Amino acid sequence: MSSYECVIGLEVHAQLLTRSKMFCGCRADYLGLPPNSNTCPVCLGLPGALPVINQRAIEYTIRTALALNCQIPEFTKFDRKNYFYPDLPKGYQISQYDLPLSLGGYLEFEVDGVLQRAGITRVHLEEDAGTLHHAGEIQASAFSLVDLNRAGVPLMEIVGEPDLRAPNQAPAYLAALRQTLIYLGVNDGNMEEGSLRCDANVSLRPVGADALGAKVEVKNMNSFRSIQRALEFEVGRQTELLDQGMPIAQETRGWSELEQVTVSQRSKEGAQEYRYFPEPDLPPLLVTRELVEDLRGQLPELPLPKRTRLQTRYGLSLDQARILADRPADADYFEAVVAAGAAPRTAANWQIQNLQALCNAAHVQVEECLVPAAALAELVQMVEADRVSGSVAKNVLSEAFGSGASPAQLIRERGLGQLSDSTEIANLVDQVLAGNAQAAADYQAGKDQALGALVGEVMARSGRKANPKIVNQLLRERLPR
Amino acid sequence: MANLGRLARLGLTPEELEQLGEQIADIIAAVGKLAGADISHVNPTAQVGGLRNVTRPDELVAGLSADEALANAATKEAGLLRVPAIQ
Amino acid sequence: MSLLEEPISELARGLRAREFSSVELTQVALSEIEAKDGAVGAFLRTTGSAALEQARAADRHLAADPGGASTLCGIPVAYKDVLCTKGVETTAGSRILEGFVPPYSATAVLRLEAAGAVGLGKLNCDEFAMGSSNENSAFQETRNPWDLGRVPGGSSGGSAAAVAARMACATLGSDTGGSIRLPASFCGVVGVKPSYGRVSRYGLIPFASSLDQIGPLTKTVEDAAQVLEVIAGRDSRDSTSAVAPVGDLTELLRGGVEGLRLGMPGEYLAMDLDPGVRSVFDHAARELEAAGARLIPVSLPSTEYALAAYYVLAPAEVSSNLARMDGVRFGPGFASASSLTEAYEQARHRGFGPEVRRRILLGTYVLSSGYYDAYYLRAQKVRTLVAQDFERVFSEVDAVISPTAPSAAFRLGERVADPLAMYATDILTIPANLAGISGISVPAGFAAGLPVGLQVLGPHLGEGVCLRVAAAVEEAAALWRKVPAPTPHERRLA
Repeated sequence: MSSYECVIGLEVHAQLLTRSKMFCGCRADYLGLPPNSNTCPVCLGLPGALPVINQRAIEYTIRTALALNCQIPEFTKFDRKNYFYPDLPKGYQISQYDLPLSLGGYLEFEVDGVLQRAGITRVHLEEDAGTLHHAGEIQASAFSLVDLNRAGVPLMEIVGEPDLRAPNQAPAYLAALRQTLIYLGVNDGNMEEGSLRCDANVSLRPVGADALGAKVEVKNMNSFRSIQRALEFEVGRQTELLDQGMPIAQETRGWSELEQVTVSQRSKEGAQEYRYFPEPDLPPLLVTRELVEDLRGQLPELPLPKRTRLQTRYGLSLDQARILADRPADADYFEAVVAAGAAPRTAANWQIQNLQALCNAAHVQVEECLVPAAALAELVQMVEADRVSGSVAKNVLSEAFGSGASPAQLIRERGLGQLSDSTEIANLVDQVLAGNAQAAADYQAGKDQALGALVGEVMARSGRKANPKIVNQLLRERLPR
Repeated sequence: MANLGRLARLGLTPEELEQLGEQIADIIAAVGKLAGADISHVNPTAQVGGLRNVTRPDELVAGLSADEALANAATKEAGLLRVPAIQ
Repeated sequence: MSLLEEPISELARGLRAREFSSVELTQVALSEIEAKDGAVGAFLRTTGSAALEQARAADRHLAADPGGASTLCGIPVAYKDVLCTKGVETTAGSRILEGFVPPYSATAVLRLEAAGAVGLGKLNCDEFAMGSSNENSAFQETRNPWDLGRVPGGSSGGSAAAVAARMACATLGSDTGGSIRLPASFCGVVGVKPSYGRVSRYGLIPFASSLDQIGPLTKTVEDAAQVLEVIAGRDSRDSTSAVAPVGDLTELLRGGVEGLRLGMPGEYLAMDLDPGVRSVFDHAARELEAAGARLIPVSLPSTEYALAAYYVLAPAEVSSNLARMDGVRFGPGFASASSLTEAYEQARHRGFGPEVRRRILLGTYVLSSGYYDAYYLRAQKVRTLVAQDFERVFSEVDAVISPTAPSAAFRLGERVADPLAMYATDILTIPANLAGISGISVPAGFAAGLPVGLQVLGPHLGEGVCLRVAAAVEEAAALWRKVPAPTPHERRLA
């Protein structure tokens, strides 16, 4: 249909999970604090205050860059990006311009099961701005209210090469990037609360052309879904304009979730004149190869390698491995369950289908919930050994999740265990057959439903504990047709 | 010049712009002397002192209370700083 | 004779010998201020009651631990108004900070306070330290105590005048292109620009971050060394703060100049210098020779570009440093503004004086794309040349001497209308800031009744040799006892 190729590059900002801010000792985790209660002369931009670099923020950024296969130059520095905005107390942002912490890497991600690769231009470090609250939509309010609690939080900027060629690649890229950041422990991946943000650069060009078309920056996309929708809309909008022979304005547009369109944001005095220059208050950094190798050695197993390993080592399906590898803590939990003796595929199913559902409903993570890995392992082993029925186990798990009691103990204490001893069941079967000659005869005469009644009887007599499979099997054996 | 004034948010009147424009032009002409220096073989100095890798550990340090932070602000509302809307 | 005419070491002795108390000393200072500052205009505000409280605490400390107390304990001092003082209004000489009360103090101030020094108040200066005459203050005029019709020099004019008029035992100023040394020369006092990084800039309202340093202005070289010892040293809150230890400066200054090689920079001496200044300098140089120093001609070829480089780099940095003056978290509000841009413009238009506007515009220009390479980048490279020149010269000589300024104090109003002429006042002091080396101005004589200072420049972190040479100049000139008896020449601020 389209004679145009779309070219998309994503720019991701990720707040770092450090204790303190980028250039001062205020808290980096600012959510929920009373307004303007998390500041100091430095992040407030008071005259005379000076920044000092947070060492851990540097390490987290290098770690991220390594995980994204980037080069780490030996010399790096900070620069001032000058512009006026009420959420920017100093009137400039300390960022990195021409000598960033890292350059030139790539990210692998899956789109509909197919592995793809996109380039990473650079990963650099800067500070976050404060937050603005407006009465209503940004265009309509008469004044803004500024909260500087967030000003100065360490922000890592990950610039992707314009290698994406379809809107649906964007959420996949972002998902893989987000997962990597969570794995590294450098970011919590929370897009709703804004600790992970994504902007996109979109342009179109005739298929086969080399030159890039006019670039439009799209902002204000707050979820994976809105990213895809916004890009689809934008590609549609640009296609229409090009088809009509109209030029594409190189501008910034904001996605409106409400109207499901991108809207031109008043360009701030044409091209932004940031007047970058080296930050005089911060000496540059020499990043030794030693530090780099040290950090490289400390990298955790990353998502794709972990997924592959879960598949090969535990015989999990791709889907199971993908789900469990979504969060390293989920995978760790799973591996602990297996280490405690549970059969891998069953353990995977139980964690994914039962425990995770309980966790989701209660808004807790698997490793935080009241069912430790060893407890789940015990339960799973009991199910595998037919010592408890699946449905009973599920209920017990639910209760244990809520109370913190041991599932296995609950089963034992309340005698919820399944009766799987063939001999005992055989006795019950014989008892039932003795008292239900008619039903037995009906079944043997061809009435299948009659078996159900007999099964029910046996179940009742066993206090619903008998393993229904075995009951069935024994009945059929005694009533050949 | 008007552009510069706007970039710097100085709110200069046309008369001021004109006068300053002349002065700035004179100064720029004077600093144009730099063009005569032979800088072909040197790197720029962004900082003297030769310091490198000055960082601090990732630790919390007590800051200002909200009252202290806002004490000097002219307009505030409910603990937030109040500014006219961005336009 | 007022107590304030004694050097700090003498006062320290007297305090410990209970000849007088810090409270008495402080009261003397406060009454000197009362008597003289109407004419001089050095103080923007005095903190009398806080000072007396500090003096009482100092007296208690001196009584309890005379041996352990710092030399500066109980000594009345004052701070240039670019230094943040917690709870005390700090304006940097600008309307945009009128009413600004910092919630914290500069490290240099804290260190003096911790040593027991008594803070008398805040001193007038050129707005945001931009100026060479102190005439750019938004609030008041400061007059040279030696001739009230003349400028005290800038931008630490108030700091220099306060010491010259014996209203404080020592003051702190700041030096970006000569702002301590120049007023020290004009006012006949000692002024030290420490090496870059020697004194923490935390709490110094910045002019040009890579050039600024805080330093002492005092009556004697030894006084300066004592103050410097208290305020210098690594501060973890200033990333540009030097790591190397300060050393025993009061000891280092005693060495005498026997055998020292002193460089006489041809380019500086070939400048258009006032004959009176030149003759004072030549005389002082001969005295140093007589005391055993060797005078060696040296060359600093990049000198001709230094002024231009400075007037690109300093405005560039200040245009960025002053962006935070937006009237939002401090400063004048913008009650009538209807848009954000208008709000910023209102606050900044009202708040900034002409020199500040000039430098902000200049700085914005040289950092803009299209001009960055031709100006800013080029100036940074010239800076390297200046630094390299000094490095080379300091391998040939121990220190460099020159006049501090091309002239003695000029008349009030004389250069205000001619920015370029004003800028040229700093021509001898600017290179030291570009290179980050140490510098000191020490009174060397008089020309037509006006003080003339001699500048000593030493290597980066080489304050010791500067102080040593300065001490020798001081001894030969035997001047510091001389105090100004100014003709009452009342000039009101227009």
